Order: sequence, then structure tokens, then C-alpha cells
Amino acid sequence: MISIEGLSKIFTSNKSQITAVDDLTLDIKEGDIFGVIGYSGAGKSTFVRLLNRLEEPTGGRIIIDDQEITALNSSQLRLARQEIGMIFQHFNLLWSRTVKDNIAFPLEIAGVPKTEREKRVQDLIDLVGLTERENAYPSQLSGGQKQRVGIARALANNPKVLLCDEATSALDPETTNSILDLLVDINQKLGLTIILITHEMHVIRKICKQVAVMENGKIVEQGEVLDVFLRPKQQVTKKFVEQVMGTNDENEGINHLINTYDHGKIVRLHFIGETTNQALISKVAKEFTIDINILQGKITQTQAGAYGTLFVQLDGEAGEVDKVIDFITHTSVEVEVIRDAN
Amino acid sequence: MLTKLFPNLDVQDFWLATYETFYMTLLALVGTFIIGILLGLLLYLTSKGGIWQNKFLNIIVAAIVNIFRAIPFIILILLLFPFTDFLIGTIRGPNAALPALIIGAAPFYGRLVEIALKEVDKGVVEAAKAMGAKTKTIIFRVLLPESMPALISGITVTAISLIGYTAMAGVIGAGGLGDYAYFYGFQRRDFDVVFVCTVFIVVIVFIFQFIGDYISSKLDKR
Repeated sequence: MISIEGLSKIFTSNKSQITAVDDLTLDIKEGDIFGVIGYSGAGKSTFVRLLNRLEEPTGGRIIIDDQEITALNSSQLRLARQEIGMIFQHFNLLWSRTVKDNIAFPLEIAGVPKTEREKRVQDLIDLVGLTERENAYPSQLSGGQKQRVGIARALANNPKVLLCDEATSALDPETTNSILDLLVDINQKLGLTIILITHEMHVIRKICKQVAVMENGKIVEQGEVLDVFLRPKQQVTKKFVEQVMGTNDENEGINHLINTYDHGKIVRLHFIGETTNQALISKVAKEFTIDINILQGKITQTQAGAYGTLFVQLDGEAGEVDKVIDFITHTSVEVEVIRDAN
Repeated sequence: MLTKLFPNLDVQDFWLATYETFYMTLLALVGTFIIGILLGLLLYLTSKGGIWQNKFLNIIVAAIVNIFRAIPFIILILLLFPFTDFLIGTIRGPNAALPALIIGAAPFYGRLVEIALKEVDKGVVEAAKAMGAKTKTIIFRVLLPESMPALISGITVTAISLIGYTAMAGVIGAGGLGDYAYFYGFQRRDFDVVFVCTVFIVVIVFIFQFIGDYISSKLDKR
């Protein structure tokens, strides 16, 4: 769907040269929600702006849906841009226009006739959940509502791709979640490919299927969100994972805890995505005659299922406890005995 | 009553002068608005990072604007006599004042337009580009509507300068309240005429200011 080869962008100021995007190669599948995460200055924002050539690439090729974006002249590019929606951190709505007229703007640009335009605008308003706010001006809306207008506007011309440049970074956590839910909804309903730039791992965890980690203009790590969560290789990735999962220091605190429970086995359960074993604890409690005591843990939901660790104390007859461990070993949940008091 | 209080005032001449002041101000205002917006757009679009970034053109336009803003208005009228004569066919009367009024006020307004356009959120222009808008669309559907309140307050300020200019133009025979106050009031030592003309000019200024403020606040949805 989207294929990027050797893309680079060098900003030249008076004397110095800054390489914002450095020889980047990437493939994004159709219908994917692809997240790019990095700290500010990593080049992720430049990267997304290169995709619709708001920044001109210094080198490399971008192909979106069999069309080589980097080879288009300016009038072809204008037409191509009509099929690439974009939403922004600061919404970038026209304050002089109402919600309705803001959403109609890209349709005016594309030359859609008035009656058709009105119908399309109404559909979009319903889609993003702004019914009855159509005649409000942006200044009368909350941040979340403004971003909904931004999304409706970006979808007006039925784009194949939606670029999100830090789309939730100016919103509070709750509003962020509702906007992310809307994006997932749109992705499923319209089969749209979404490329999302963020510095919040929470956003990646919640909606992305694929993630790329950027640092100094390069992609340093890339893959399925769950894989990256499970086995972060780079230091920068580990830090991002800690944003959501907490640091290892917290896990080390378990040692204190372990010493206060002086009987039974203490095990670490590692959930690695997959939804079938979510009821594991209750299943074990029903089938085996042991007590399970949850000590500490953190489970988080990704698009591919639950991920996280749980420290539990298994207390009961030694043989029964071993059976339980054997049982869990045969599920997708990884189990590790931390202390055996029996 | 007017004749009793102000014995030297010829009511008919006075109304004619008031009409001429309005006539000159309004026509010059229309011309200034159009030319000023053109100049302001040129300055904005050719500036660094602008859509038509062009250092050479930018310097030329900026130089013209600065030169015409630097010339005192009364001297500008004198300098423009040949041009006015060629364009209008006379150098007397309200019509003859128009070229000087417009050339005097448009560069000033052009600068105000440039400032107003610079205040437009860059992100909004970028969003329009990302939607595939043409430059024409960006100018007429984004830049001008988004800066309209500032454009209107700018033209209000300019209108008030223009009223002052018409009075100055009056002194060299353009007609209007300035002309009337100077030739029929000051030169004949009939100061009641000067007084009434002054009051009317102040009233006209207030009217323009009120209308400008009203429209600007109506348009501002921020």
C-alpha cells in the first residue's frame, strides 16, 4: 500500500546541515494502523510531512497505492493530496467557518457540487459524533470536538490514507482515548490505512498493529506492537515500553513482597497477547484445589490482546501446585517460578 | 438656527462640502482597499517561506511601499499634479484628489494587510495545502477570510487617515470640508465656519470608527 525507499530530508540552514530523516525504508500494509513513535527531534513529524510532500524530500521514493508521490508535478500532487487525509496536533481548523463549512472545505477544493457536498458533510458529522454541533464555530468547541471536526474534514474526500501528526498530543487522557476509539472505528468501517505519529506509547499500545521507533531520523526498531512490547531491543524502545508498563525497579520491589509470604510457590505469569487465556486465574481456581493470591502485576491491553506480568502465590499441596504449573505451561501464558517455599 | 448661531455659514455650500468629503473618502477607500490588499498579499506571499517566495520582488514592492509612505501627503499631491492631470483631466475638484488619496493611503494599508496576513495561523494554510488547495483557493478561502477582522480594523484606521488627507487636499482646491474651512473660514477670518467644519469632520471620523468596529467584531468568531 505504502512503500518508502531510501527517504531522506536534510535541512540546510546558513552553515549547518541537519538530517531530519535519514535513508528511511519502510512498507506499510493496506488497512494497517501504523504507529511511529519517537522523542521530539527524532524526525517523526518531518517523516509524516514528507509523505504528502508538505516537506519536499531531499532523496528517496514514496509510493502510495501504486502512485509514486515523489514523481508527481505540482498539479498532480494537488490531486493526490485530496486522497490523503491529514489531522494535526493543533487541529488547524478555520475559525471563520462553522463546523459544517470546515468539513465542506476539502469538498469545495475537490469541486464537489453543493447538494452532494451537504449530504456528505451531514454523513461525516454523524460519523464522528458531532450531530447538532454543525453550526457551531471552532471557538465554541472543546479540544476533543475540534479534533473530531479535523477527522471529519480529513475523511471528506474518501482518502485511502490518513496521516495523524501528534493528533492526540494536545488532548487530555480521556479525550485522547475517545479520539483513538474513533480512529479504530474508522479504520474498521472504512478500511483506511492510518499512519500515526506520537510520543506516547499509550497511543501505540491502544490502537496500533505495527510500530516503528524513530531516533535521529532513523527507524531503530520495527515490528508488531506486541513483539516490540515483549522484546524491546533498543534502549529508546525500552524506555517507551516503560512508559506503559512501569520500570523494572517496580518489579524488583517484588523481592520485598516475596519474603513476607513464607509459604507456597511464588510464580511470575507472563501474558503475551492472545485473548483466549484471559480467564486463566479463575480456570485454575476452579479446576485445582489450591489458593491463588495475586501479589502484584500489571496487565495492559493491546490490539493483539493482553500483555503484561502478574506475580501470584500458589498455595496448596505440593503435587497440586506442580500440576497447576504444568497446566499453565501448556497455555500461551509463560510461567516462571520465583520462589519455592515448599 | 444654524444661520443664527453661525452667521457666516452658507448652508448649501456647507452641505455640498460635506458631500464632497464623503465622496472623496469613500471612493478613495474603495481604491485603497483593493490596492492595499494587492500590495499586502504581494508582500506576504513573496516573503521568506511564502508561497511565492521571491526575494527580488519582495524588495521591490517593499521599497515602493516605503517610499510612498515616507513622502508627506501635501508634497505627494503636488508631485502627482502631472499624473492627476493626465488621468482625470484636471487638478481641481474631488475627483482630482482621488489618485493622490489612493496612492498616499494604499501603501500604508498594504503594510497593515501584510501584518494581518502574518497573523493567520500557518497551520491552517498548511492544512489547506494538505487538502490539495490551489494558491488561489488559499488566498480567497483561507488567508483573506481568516484575516478579515484585522483587514477591517486596518481599513478603519486608514479611513480616518484618509479623512485627514481629504482636508489637506482641500487646501489646494480639492473641495470638501477642508477646502470650505480654509477658503471660506480661515481666509475670510470667519471662524464659526472653521468650527462647524471641524465638528463635522470629527463626527465623520466617529461614524467611520463605529462602523468599522461593529463590522470587525461581527466577523470575529475567535
